[in-house]
Amino acid sequence: MAGGKIRAKLRQSNLYTFCRKPKADETEAPRPIQGAGFTRTVYCNQPHFHQKKPYKYRSNYISTTKYNVITFLPKALFEQFRRVANVYFLLAAILSLTPVSPFSPVSMIAPLVFVVGLSMAKEAMEDWNRFLQDMKVNRRKVIVHKGDGVFDFRPWHKIRVGDVVKVEKDQFFPADLLLLSSSYEDGICYVETMNLDGETNLKVKRCLEVTSPMEDDGAFKDLTATIQCEDPNPNLYSFVGNLEYDRQVYPLEPNQILLRDSKLRNTAYVYGVVIFTGHDSKVMQNSTKSPSKRSGIERKMDHIIYILFTLLLGISMISSIGFAVKIKFSMPDSWYLRPDNTTDMYSPKKPALSGLIHLVTALILYGYLIPISLYVSIEVVKVLQASFINQDLLMYDEETGKPAEARTSNLNEELGQVDTILSDKTGTLTCNQMDFLKCSIAGTAYGVRSSEVELAAAKQMASDLEDRDDELANFPMRKHNAHVSWENGIGSEIELETVVTSNEDKDRKPAIKGFSFEDSRLMGGNWMNESSPDVISLFLRILAVCHTAIPEVNEETGSYTYEAESPDEAAFLVAARELGFEFCKRSQSGVFVRERYHHSGRPVEREYKILNLLEFTSKRKRMSVIVRDEDGQLLLMCKGADSIIFDRLSKNGRMYEEATTKHLNEYGEAGLRTLALAYRKLEESEYSAWSNEFQKAKTSIGADRDGMLERLADKMERDLILVGATAVEDKLQKGVPQCIDNLAQAGLKIWVLTGDKMETAINIGFACSLLRQGMKQICISTTNLDTLGQDSKETLCLFTNEQAVKDNILNQITNASQMIKLEKDPHAAFALIIDGKTLTYALEDDMKHLFLGLAVDCASVICCRVSPKQKALVTRLVKQGTGKTTLAIGDGANDVGMIQEADIGVGISGVEGMQAVMASDFAISQFRYLERLLVVHGHWCYKRIAQMVCYFFYKNIAFGLTLFYFEAFTGFSGQSIYDDWYMLSFNVILTSLPVISLGVFEQDVSSEVCLQFPALYQQGPRNLFFDWYRILGWMGNGVYCSLIIYFLNIIIFYDQAFRANGQTADMAAMGTTMFSCIVWAVNCQIALTMSHFTWIQHLFVWGSIAMWYLFLLIYGMLTPTWSKNAYQILVEALGPAPLFWSATLLVTIACNLPYIVHLAFQRSFNPMDHHIIQEIKYYKKDVQDQRMWKREASKARQETKIGFTARVDAKIRHLRGKLQKKHHTPVSTQGGMSPS
Amino acid sequence: MSSNTAPSSSGGAGSADATSTRRHSKRPKYSRFTQQELPACKPILTPRWVISAFMLVSIVFIPIGVASLFASRDVVEIIDRYETDCIPTTNRTDKVRFIQSPGPKKCNRTLKVSKRMKQPIYVYYQLDNFYQNHRRYVKSRSDQQLKDPKSESDVDACKPEDMANGLPIVPCGLIAWSLFNDTYSFSRNKQQLTVNKKDISWKSDREHKFGKNVFPKNFQNGSLKGGATLNTSKPLSEQEDLIVWMRTAALPTFRKLYGKIEVDLEENDTIEVILDNNYNTYSFSGKKKLVLSTTSWIGGRNDFLGIAYLTVGGLCFFLAMAFTVVYLVKPRQLGDPSYLSWNRNPGGH
Repeated sequence: MAGGKIRAKLRQSNLYTFCRKPKADETEAPRPIQGAGFTRTVYCNQPHFHQKKPYKYRSNYISTTKYNVITFLPKALFEQFRRVANVYFLLAAILSLTPVSPFSPVSMIAPLVFVVGLSMAKEAMEDWNRFLQDMKVNRRKVIVHKGDGVFDFRPWHKIRVGDVVKVEKDQFFPADLLLLSSSYEDGICYVETMNLDGETNLKVKRCLEVTSPMEDDGAFKDLTATIQCEDPNPNLYSFVGNLEYDRQVYPLEPNQILLRDSKLRNTAYVYGVVIFTGHDSKVMQNSTKSPSKRSGIERKMDHIIYILFTLLLGISMISSIGFAVKIKFSMPDSWYLRPDNTTDMYSPKKPALSGLIHLVTALILYGYLIPISLYVSIEVVKVLQASFINQDLLMYDEETGKPAEARTSNLNEELGQVDTILSDKTGTLTCNQMDFLKCSIAGTAYGVRSSEVELAAAKQMASDLEDRDDELANFPMRKHNAHVSWENGIGSEIELETVVTSNEDKDRKPAIKGFSFEDSRLMGGNWMNESSPDVISLFLRILAVCHTAIPEVNEETGSYTYEAESPDEAAFLVAARELGFEFCKRSQSGVFVRERYHHSGRPVEREYKILNLLEFTSKRKRMSVIVRDEDGQLLLMCKGADSIIFDRLSKNGRMYEEATTKHLNEYGEAGLRTLALAYRKLEESEYSAWSNEFQKAKTSIGADRDGMLERLADKMERDLILVGATAVEDKLQKGVPQCIDNLAQAGLKIWVLTGDKMETAINIGFACSLLRQGMKQICISTTNLDTLGQDSKETLCLFTNEQAVKDNILNQITNASQMIKLEKDPHAAFALIIDGKTLTYALEDDMKHLFLGLAVDCASVICCRVSPKQKALVTRLVKQGTGKTTLAIGDGANDVGMIQEADIGVGISGVEGMQAVMASDFAISQFRYLERLLVVHGHWCYKRIAQMVCYFFYKNIAFGLTLFYFEAFTGFSGQSIYDDWYMLSFNVILTSLPVISLGVFEQDVSSEVCLQFPALYQQGPRNLFFDWYRILGWMGNGVYCSLIIYFLNIIIFYDQAFRANGQTADMAAMGTTMFSCIVWAVNCQIALTMSHFTWIQHLFVWGSIAMWYLFLLIYGMLTPTWSKNAYQILVEALGPAPLFWSATLLVTIACNLPYIVHLAFQRSFNPMDHHIIQEIKYYKKDVQDQRMWKREASKARQETKIGFTARVDAKIRHLRGKLQKKHHTPVSTQGGMSPS
Repeated sequence: MSSNTAPSSSGGAGSADATSTRRHSKRPKYSRFTQQELPACKPILTPRWVISAFMLVSIVFIPIGVASLFASRDVVEIIDRYETDCIPTTNRTDKVRFIQSPGPKKCNRTLKVSKRMKQPIYVYYQLDNFYQNHRRYVKSRSDQQLKDPKSESDVDACKPEDMANGLPIVPCGLIAWSLFNDTYSFSRNKQQLTVNKKDISWKSDREHKFGKNVFPKNFQNGSLKGGATLNTSKPLSEQEDLIVWMRTAALPTFRKLYGKIEVDLEENDTIEVILDNNYNTYSFSGKKKLVLSTTSWIGGRNDFLGIAYLTVGGLCFFLAMAFTVVYLVKPRQLGDPSYLSWNRNPGGH
């Protein structure tokens, strides 16, 4: 399956003017267009008609902002108060204005305003950026017909329906246009639709014949025409409409429509008339509102909030019932409360009403259980975390000068929990650049450079073997016989290879684009000295002639560059040029090739007359040209997928088949795209007979015309003689294979979703090691001819009805699932490859779960030819079907859907437009930074946030419950034992900084260790730090602490004097002591939680405790009007009392004792991975015993079936199997152990 | 694609410069802080640390516990509960009516000193079931008014004891209104023991919270009489009983300082107490106790602190031992890679 195709399905007739003039007989009757859905009328060149109803359509102004100046406040506020917690805080703030509240209103309103204000400011900032981006687009200039044949620039947003615009080369189309004419005389133009569908090859659009003569500005002076067409809709590939011009009606096709956001390529200019503007355009119709995303932890936090809210309600109910009971039965006796003269709040006559009012008081009083500061702190922490991501120099790309960017900060911790990565291909994994790297000519392999995959694999293999050596050295018992022998065998081989390649790696100069070939045997004309120079020259001639590209002269240097629809074709031409066969001119009838090395010693220009061009289709998988060279010799040159070519070789054309096949396999394994080249000499008579027939077929009209042409082409492309094969490297972005390997080892699943062809996708799969030789490929396809054996006979054309297709796909899926189930080999890996058409069926409700089941069982999944919408649908399926966290990464506008749909969207801020980045949550400039983003930052952020949230709940439970216990001692009256200001400062200055430092600076292990031990990442997806066990544990700890703090203090300060001077403790003294205990306990707790202390943590934790005493001191110095009973409390009352200090010490230790015991226990009996690694690092064992460290690091990698480690493993298994067959007897006596 | 390679001739160099400067500005600046590479200490809980921490705690806690316990035991306390005994037997069926009836309610109590009490001996009254911490009660005071004669009518918070006969009450509020009014006088062997009622309140209260020029006004003039009346000629800053009373207690059972006896009491001394039983705790069936107590450095008599210290210290000692045993019996070499998850259950990642 290593064969490759080079070009998309393009209609030759539409493409190449030099082959054949456009058909004149296309006189399809115009469809009657009317009724619902087809109401749009466009008066071409008369935009003034569109100024009033009913022809006034939307302007070309686009806006992707959520708010405008007027709607911002209400809308943003509404967004904020969709959070349940915020509503609760708002209610509490409103109630704090009434006498019901136990606290002062300021202490309730200020934090709420802060939180809401902060979030709204963030929203406003983001929206402003969107607005700027929109304005940038809206202000782009385009040339518009202003009347009387004068064209002038106008910003995009001022374009109206009916305007005639002129778009020049490499410009984007400002709106959906009807192509009127182009710089080519037959009205074709090339369009790059990368931003729409991610397809990299150019598409050809062709105007109607009637409009093609309008070739200059003047032609539009008096142009009038009317278009009747469909209403705006999101369907990119269809268009229905009629053009009424000169009292004639012509039908319009998608082929004449130029879509907004696609780009004009290879064409000097085009004229077009605007049909759909702004939000009516197809691409805007396709865009979806960016959803607001929340991380899993945040969602879970909501559940905890609900639990706490229930708890809050519970204790409030208990309080208010207790209050009602007390007020009814014991208050009438408490004369000192004046029960005879009360308001409703304390009325013994209406205990129910008083109880109800008290419920509100209690809800506010115990509000500390639901900390508003949690939201503030999390917000602050996430912004800081995001700034660390932005500042990371290791994710900064020197070439583009772009640092990583966390665009939304609320998903940081989600990065640590990713399970599946859905990746785009072009621009993300690959650079969309093809390099000619190797070739096999006449059975000899040329090209000494290794592909990146080979290099990476060799490196990996070498270090792997080293590890294995270590393993052998350390565990002699595990040594097994075969080990030694194969070790020596391959080890040396690989070492050699590594040496060679690594040397080469250095001097790999930034050579000619598209050409990485290096072999002195062919270069510089040396090929003439090779054993079969004829074949080599033929090979190069095929490369230079059999294509569809156009040369372009660079006027400065005089060298040629090539405009081809696919980059690999350009690579062939560059290769041919560099090796001496420079394709320099294409005329209507022929191709001119300048041969630099000739027997005569001087360059010769040869002309090849192109007689026929047998186009490339994905079905044919080959293209051929029939040419007549200068000697009059008729030649058929053919290039195509190896399997196809090999089937068509003549008996005497198979000379090099064996060697070439071997080379092709090697190339395929190295992740290269291969094509086989062959030729055939034609007899004049044979050709003319065929040519007649072909011509006849071409001009015939009928349903079977294409079939006929194909059969005829097939007839010609037989008895070929194999010349050789090419291997082109689809240049991966830097570090992609390693990154994929490491991510796979971190336990992540990687799916590739690409708009490209299946073959391209498969090649990239190989290049990225997502696929490898020996992996069972399950191709689910409706055009499944050769990939799945038994279905091949049922060609697709037979499936006319949908149900049959569906049944067939269902069948394929169930068969494949069955196959996987029956597979016994634990190393067997499956790859699922599915194309977009099939996906439409597979994503239907009844089938999608089956499909997902199959996909999850496969080691790698590649979806090709998928539309942007399907990308989003697949993402949704994975997200919802597996319930795991998904990450989508892409670079183009076609990835926007999936980026928005996935839990996390990552945009590559590379060369393509900004749409993907604008829609993304994180932007990085290279795919390889994903590893650091996930494995380091994700891991850290996840743990930080998880620990922080847990701690927050602990701290607030510990604090909030003491309030409740005290209630029971005050007759549930709603009095708090602490001063208002203590409580306010608790969350603001006494405990916030340590928890923020935990959330921002905590590192369980250093970043290098994170990368060395990818298995640590799995703590995130398995959610070890935020599972209910842990959350409830922390809550339990909180309850325990609250009990200890409250009751120890109560009993210690019970009724006796608390100091030598005989004073007894009043409420202020007791409350202050209790509060000191809380401050100590929670801050010591966080110190125990942290494992990484920089000066910042020390400062914050111990500083917070010091802050409490400082606060007490300062607060105590204020006038009693402010400080009330806390006046001079530390200096006068508590400071000199030993009981105060000894109580603090006792309570602090008692509170933290269980946690220390738990920690010590866990560490000694059930240590987690990061504990061990911390210990190793602590004792510097990694330095002393580097072998062990390396061995563990390699073991920490997940068993994986993809990535080149897996590939190396598979290869080693394969070799071992071979060796075991050879060595029947064990070499050493230590045999019998099974291979590890 | 080839179009990418084609240089944009004229503006080429300039734009390259521009981009390079732009690049520089976007490059994050290196600092150990932004790269999260600050030097850090990474303590880990090694067995040695665990055991020594527990040992340390027990070594510190047990002596503190013993010391506190001794200190607490040193305190001599005489408690006399009198609320029932001080009501004539005939009136015991309706104590509330008795206490609310006018006239003196003298009561004689005899206390026996079980152990030598060194001066100063603190005299407390202890109330029970009295919710001084009730929110309605706590809030019912006006600090402004207590401090400043100008704020006399600042009585909003004092409801329902804010005004009487159309005039503001000084001091207003439920707390002041319900001031404790039992009085005690002590004699030993017919010899009067002076109770020093000076300096029983916090100095800061006297000096900063209760004004020297604020005099009680219109106090206990309402239809309903609460507790004690105040000497209108003494400024509030000198009304120490009130000041003590106004420091609301945290719990419904509380003691408040009444005065100090500044002579030593010998063992087996008998102390006669003449008390005025005025205060109504009978409505809410609260106890009244008279307490004489010495103090030590931990204050009054309370064994709990010592016991708690000993318990925690003992527990830590036990834990230290337990962990020692655990580490001896089932040692785990620190940083032993075989405990890593992938070594413990291979393949089961």
